[in-house]
Order: sequence, then C-alpha cells, then structure tokens
Amino acid sequence: MATQTAATAVAPAPEAKGTSTRTIALAIVGLLILLAAPFVIYPVFVMKVLCFALFAAAFNLLLGYVGLLSFGHAAFFGGAAYICAYSIKAWNFPPEIAILAGTLFAAALGAVIGYLAIRRQGIYFAMITLALSQMFFFVCLQAPFTGGEDGIQGVPRGKLLGFIDLGDSLAMYYFVAAVFLFGFLAIWRIVNSPFGNILKAIRENEQRAISLGYRVDHYKLGAFVISAALTGLAGAVKAIVFQLASLTDVGWQMSGEVILMTLLGGIGTLVGPVAGAALVVSLENYLATSSFPVPVVIGTIFVACVLMFRRGIVGEINAFLDRKK
Amino acid sequence: MTQTAPAAAAPAAAATNIVLSATELTKEFKGFLAVNNVHLSIREGSIHALIGPNGAGKTTCFNLLTKFLQPTRGRIVFRGEDITRLKPAEIARRGIVRSFQISAVFPNLSVLDNVRIALQRPGRLATQFWRPDTALNVLNARAEELVEQVGLQAFIRHQAGELPYGRKRALELATTLALEPDVMLLDEPMAGMAHEDIGQIAALIRRAAVGRTVVMVEHNLHVVEDLCDQVTVLQRGEILAEGNYDSVSRDPRVREAYMGQEDD
Ligand SMILES: Nc1ncnc2c1ncn2[C@@H]1O[C@H](COP(=O)(O)OP(=O)(O)OP(=O)(O)O)[C@@H](O)[C@H]1O
Ligand SMILES: [Mg+2]
Repeated sequence: MATQTAATAVAPAPEAKGTSTRTIALAIVGLLILLAAPFVIYPVFVMKVLCFALFAAAFNLLLGYVGLLSFGHAAFFGGAAYICAYSIKAWNFPPEIAILAGTLFAAALGAVIGYLAIRRQGIYFAMITLALSQMFFFVCLQAPFTGGEDGIQGVPRGKLLGFIDLGDSLAMYYFVAAVFLFGFLAIWRIVNSPFGNILKAIRENEQRAISLGYRVDHYKLGAFVISAALTGLAGAVKAIVFQLASLTDVGWQMSGEVILMTLLGGIGTLVGPVAGAALVVSLENYLATSSFPVPVVIGTIFVACVLMFRRGIVGEINAFLDRKK
Repeated sequence: MTQTAPAAAAPAAAATNIVLSATELTKEFKGFLAVNNVHLSIREGSIHALIGPNGAGKTTCFNLLTKFLQPTRGRIVFRGEDITRLKPAEIARRGIVRSFQISAVFPNLSVLDNVRIALQRPGRLATQFWRPDTALNVLNARAEELVEQVGLQAFIRHQAGELPYGRKRALELATTLALEPDVMLLDEPMAGMAHEDIGQIAALIRRAAVGRTVVMVEHNLHVVEDLCDQVTVLQRGEILAEGNYDSVSRDPRVREAYMGQEDD
C-alpha cells in the first residue's frame, strides 16, 4: 500500500501535545523560584525582572504567535505607567484601580495603534507602530501632566485593597509575583486556546486562513489589544514598584529592548521571553556598576546570539531536548 | 433549452442554473493583461475545468473569483448577488472556498489541527480565548473522518510541513472539504501526486462534487476528460474555447495551443 510505505518514510511524529512531565516539572521549579526569590536576591531587582518578563511575554504573544513585529510597545508600557502614576498622585487612586486604569488605557491605545497598523505587513507594520509610538512619545514629552523630563516621581505605593501596605517590600514583591503569574497564565491560556489555534494558523499561512473564511484583521487586532493590555499591566505595576513613571518607559529604546529580550530568550516559546528579560535586566544591572558601555555590550551579545542561536536560549534548549527524544 | 443561449436572452433559465458567473473579467498587471474580458458561467452541480498552457491566467482567474485580487474590470455574481467588491474572507463565508496552486497548509500544525482549523470556523470555537484547546476535541471525529477520506489517517499526528508534496495537496483538499463549501475552486489539486494516488483523489473529488459545484485547474487531461462536465480553455488571458471535453479537444485552436504541451 502506498500509504503504508510512505508512512514509514516520514519520521514518527511526536505524541499528541498536552501537559508533558517536562512542563509540569518546569512549572513547579518556576513557582518555587518565584516564592523563594526575595529571600535570596534583592527584591526590587526580582520585581524589575518580573515586570519586564511580563512585558516581553506580552510582546511575544504578538511576535511569536501571530508573527507581528511591533516596534511600538513602549507606548503601552510607558503610557500605562504614566496613567497609573498620575492617577495615584493626582487623584489618590488605590493601587489596584490605578493599575486597572493604566491597563485599560494601554488596551485603548493598542486598539487605535493596532487598527492603523494591522493592515500592513512585515516591515511596514513595524514602521507604523514605531511612528505612532514616537508620536505618543512626543505627546508625553510635551503634555504637562507627565512632568516632562522629570517624569512623575515619588509615587506612593499605597495600600492594596485598602489593607495590604505595599510599602512593605515583601508584600510588594508577592503582589508583583501574583500579577506576573496572572499575566503569564493568561498568555499561556490564550496561546493554547481555540482562538490561539487560529492565531497560529494566521502566523503559519495567512492567505490560507483568509481562504478558509477567517477575518484575519479581527484576530490580529484582538491579539494586538490583548498584548497591549498585558504590556500596560506590566508598565503600571513597574510604576508602583519604582514609584516612578518617566520618558524612558515610552522611548523607542524601550521598544527595542523588549524585542531584544524576546529574541534572546526565544520567540514563540512561553518561557523564552522570561529568560530573556532576566538575562537583559541582570546584565544591565551588572554593567551599570562597571565601566563598560551598556548598549555596546548588549548589542554585541545580541549579534552573537542571533548568529549562533537563532531560536534564542529557550528555543535552542527545546530543540536540543526534542532531538534527544 | 439551448446551452448556447446568451444569459440576457434567457435570464430566468440562467438564474436557476448558474451558481457563479463572471462577466468581462479583466486583470491588468502594469499594462499586461493577465486576464482579458473573460466570461464564465459555472453551472450548479457541475465540475468545470479551467485549462490552458502555463501563464494562461488560470490562477489569476481563481484569484479574481475569490477576490484575492481585485479585478481591473468586470463583475462577479454568486447566486444572484454581486460579489465583485467583497473581501476574500467574505467570499469564503458565502461558501466559495479555494485551494492554492502552491500547496497551502499550516506547516507547523499537525494534520489533525490543519483540518480542525477549518472545522473551527463556522461555530463559536474560533474566538474562544479563555478555553483550553481540549475544547476542540469535539471536532476530532469529523476531522478524522475527513483525514481518512483523503488517505492520510496514518499521518494524522504528523506536522503538515513534514508531509511529501502530494500528501500536502491531499490535506489541503480535506481542509477545503471541511468547510462543506458550495463551490470549490481547486488549483491543480493533483499536481505532485504519485500516480497511484491520482485515481483516489479524482474519485474523492467526484464524490465531494455531489451536491456542490467544483471549478478546477488541471493539467492532466485524462483527469479532465474523466471528471469534468464542462471545460474552459484559456490562452494568454482570453477564452479560446469552451464546451464539453470532446468538443473542446477536437477544436483545432486548442490542439495548436497544446502542441508540445500535452504530457502523458
Ligand atoms: N501578481 C502578479 N503581478 C504581475 N504579473 C502576474 C501576477 N500574477 C500573475 N502574473 C502574470 O499573469 C500571467 C498569468 O499567470 P497565472 O498564474 O494566472 O497563470 P496560470 O494559467 O495559472 O499558469 P500556470 O499553469 O503556470 O499555473 C503570467 O504571465 C504571470 O506572470
Ligand atoms: Mg496557475
């Protein structure tokens, strides 16, 4: 039979995916690290890593699972940080409401920028997102409420739900960890959902998805808004952790940084952006105290990584483990 | 009723008979006429072949009919509705589903998932982002049936990208059939298939064509003769001949156009 001979010619397929033991083990280890980290490492540093990890994971939802390279995600990150910081300082919003406000703002901004960018492909998509986020940067630079070059400083952390004092660094840490976990699990759920299946189909072959009757623009916009919202969540929380919202968070360098983290860690893997964020934040922290010029070192590492490990750290590890099986 | 009666002369008869039609269909690429003033009338329930030498404009016709390209001129009507201005996804949603000449699968998804992507579309399962993907298992029985129809059951868990070319085509056919389209436009569905599989796929198309309309581009004239009720021959973007296989194959202009082209 033709079918049978050909069947043996193709390598045996991996078994139906699902939660493998590898995934479960990884999840347990990750959770333990998350719980124990503030007792081993300086909490503010871990919180910074977690904020950027969520940022990168949200960015990767778009790049890794829909195939859209946004060069404007700083607008969502920094925009949400401004809204969160301002609403606390000016209106005495409690932290949870301020974070919600920042997130919703990022989602709305994502809807506008996404709507304008989604019709374009590839590099044009990236350029439109960059242009629009730069426009937003100049708004932030000029608008009086952002505090211009100084940013919004000394944002009080406040009391979560009215009774958990976020001034306490452990309380603050576990709150950030919970937000990160929420965002990460949300992305995991979306990626492995019926909707996520369609996103992958669009990434794999957009023309075919259209010919099957999918209004791909709607799916892309949906993913863009979700990605922007989760990016905003990360930015808003970061504003509370550092009690600061500034132009650094909305600049194009920030958009570049998140691309770097995602590429280093591994596009289209769930853990990759987290690893990439941890690596980049650690390097920056380490280099900040040395005399090396930070951008040069990071740029060099980036180029080396792109040349040697195209799939990123986690992508290469996954590929290695798959080969061994 | 005569077959040659122009639509204008017998509008009532045409309306009941013709499912998809194109008038004065024209596509210009920077001054080059890839499709020039083509009239097509696809009869309900027929298998209609679109043949012609390489570069004749067959794929361009498909792209126009499914709106992947916007025609420079002309009008496309589906079941009495002017669909000339619709977007391609809307065409598919009305039941006109195409396949691609360069096999179009989702390479990093399994064979099963490829078919499930199509099955997901009509219901609510396409937009549910809060449910686990195990929710899609309700589609498995139907998906497996379709995969079996095209003889790919042994490959169901394989990544589509790993399949040899001919089997990708079979998978694409299964995915197209999953939507239960009213009109199927198949662009060289047999290309790259092993000789022994061609008969199987031809039989499948014949079975699938019951209750629907098929338009297919096909280079293999034996398949065309065997399968198709109506043949339109294109050459340099224009219709050269039209009719059933026998009349078309006897046409001297067609024979000339196919000189040296007719393979096996
Ligand atoms: N997007 C495009 N831009 C410019 N020219 C095009 C484009 N698409 C097709 N053409 C030209 O139009 C003509 C018809 O192409 P088409 O693909 O429709 O031919 P075909 O009949 O499907 O041929 P084949 O049998 O090789 O598939 C060719 O000369 C081709 O080069
Ligand atoms: Mg063609």
